[in-house]
Amino acid sequence: MTTLLRTLALTLHYAGLFAVDRVDLNVQPGSVHALIGPNGAGKTTLFNLISGLVAPTEGTVLFRGLDVTSLPADRRTALGLARTFQTSRIFGAMTVLENVLTGLQPRCFAGLIATVLRTPAFYREERALVARARDTLHMVGLSARADLPAATLPHGEQRLLEIARAIAPEPALLLLDEPAAGMNPAETAALANLVRRIRDLGTSVLLVEHDMGFVMDISDAVTVLNFGRCIFQGTPAAARQAPEVMEAYLGQKVAARLAARAPRMTV
Amino acid sequence: MPEWLDDFLWTYQNLVHALGINGLLALSMYVVLAVGQLSLGQAAFMGLGAYSSVLLTLKLDLPFLAVLPLSCVAPVLFALAIGVPTLRLSGVYLAIATIGLGEVLRAVYLNVDWLGGALGLSGIPGRAESWMIFGLLGVAILALWAVGRSAIGRAMAAIREDETAAQVMGINLARYRLGALLASAVLAGLAGALGAHSSSFIGPNEYGFEPAVTILSFALLGGIGTPLGPVVGAWILTLLPEVLRGFSDLRLVFNGVIIVLAVLFLPEGLLALRMRRHAA
Ligand SMILES: Nc1ncnc2c1ncn2[C@@H]1O[C@H](COP(=O)(O)OP(=O)(O)O)[C@@H](O)[C@H]1O
Ligand SMILES: [Mg+2]
Repeated sequence: MTTLLRTLALTLHYAGLFAVDRVDLNVQPGSVHALIGPNGAGKTTLFNLISGLVAPTEGTVLFRGLDVTSLPADRRTALGLARTFQTSRIFGAMTVLENVLTGLQPRCFAGLIATVLRTPAFYREERALVARARDTLHMVGLSARADLPAATLPHGEQRLLEIARAIAPEPALLLLDEPAAGMNPAETAALANLVRRIRDLGTSVLLVEHDMGFVMDISDAVTVLNFGRCIFQGTPAAARQAPEVMEAYLGQKVAARLAARAPRMTV
Repeated sequence: MPEWLDDFLWTYQNLVHALGINGLLALSMYVVLAVGQLSLGQAAFMGLGAYSSVLLTLKLDLPFLAVLPLSCVAPVLFALAIGVPTLRLSGVYLAIATIGLGEVLRAVYLNVDWLGGALGLSGIPGRAESWMIFGLLGVAILALWAVGRSAIGRAMAAIREDETAAQVMGINLARYRLGALLASAVLAGLAGALGAHSSSFIGPNEYGFEPAVTILSFALLGGIGTPLGPVVGAWILTLLPEVLRGFSDLRLVFNGVIIVLAVLFLPEGLLALRMRRHAA
């Protein structure tokens, strides 16, 4: 079994700060892999490096055995990489269905001429895209919302829509950045089921999440980041026992108490 | 053609042609705005089309139906030269790179003898027919409408809303932006050739910064929800000075006010119709 995603000594240096510091990450196909760590540990930055929105200072990203380090984000998406964002970035002015159709861009092949001339092939592709988009909306439970402007959805449904948009083209790997943030317990439980279904349908999942119950419940593997460094990689059960993980989180609690006194910016 | 229509077209030929040509110019602005970019070079592209078409007509005496497509060559080459380096980057680089283009080309037209200098080029045969102008306008509206309601149109809408998210959807931003700029150069080049062959004279002052602002105000007034919006905006701004004769000195002020009002109060344009892309 070849590793689906590998980072080799992946490093991003911001002025005076290693946001990601020599991270070696291995995500196996068919797995749900959790990436955890205190705020500011570099989880979102690592996602940006993997998805190609930010170029690393050093290191390599291998996806499906290919060196994608110098590929732009859109090319990585075409190879089967998908992601959501920590704060939703749905297309608010489009309808829910149009959002998912836009996510199907890797499956759009109709050229300019076929599009302008409205050839039978154009209609065939468009019908297939709409069918796939509706199936995906059904899977996340948003069928009834298909024709609403996406901006009018409540928060939890916007997060589900962003997941639907990402999984519509059946990517090999899905990156979820804090998908349960702001969800109530019922929504979080439904999300856990959805993540399992996504994995069972053949999309591996790498997710950042602070809800430890959620992480322990659905993950096959856990990687812990602290100050940009990978401090642990193993099973969820082993992560629970590891002293270095406890330390990172206890340190975080103290830090949070201190930071609560001063206004803070989240990136 | 019924006699009354013939008479009408004869009397108002200049105005009728201006409506069609300004419609094409509005569409050339629209395609750029539709991928979230701003170009201030539309009048310059039009000028390149106008000057090259007139040279082909006057020096080589090519038939006008051959001149028309060839008039797009120079605008497209300039669009490539400006677009390739600027459209890889996100931001206002295209606007900055095009802001001076019209004025630079004006200086060239003024100082190059075989381009007519300050006198411009005159004795242009009136070969642009209404059917050509409105035929091209109709085709352009239909083509842009078809593109708007397709995966390509969805990609353009995605780029307008959120470039980062669009890129993560697998959309190659530079390719769409450059494609839009090239389409816009073609439309402006055609409009330039048609305009030049509707009047007997072209001069260096017709394609500078001022007309570029006018073209922008067409699209901002009409909005970019559908390709019809900018065309209607162009028609309103073409007809108004005819209706309000005597105020023609205030034209530029008027266009400026429209831009400010449109940006402040009508971000989606006068025809606040959203582009509906319901597929199949
Ligand atoms: N654009 C940026 N410029 C400078 N520093 C940044 C930038 N983005 C993130 N950082 C810093 O990098 C570190 C990691 O941030 P981030 O990846 O968002 O953490 P996490 O997602 O684990 O909470 C933080 O210290 C953050 O302040
Ligand atoms: Mg984060």
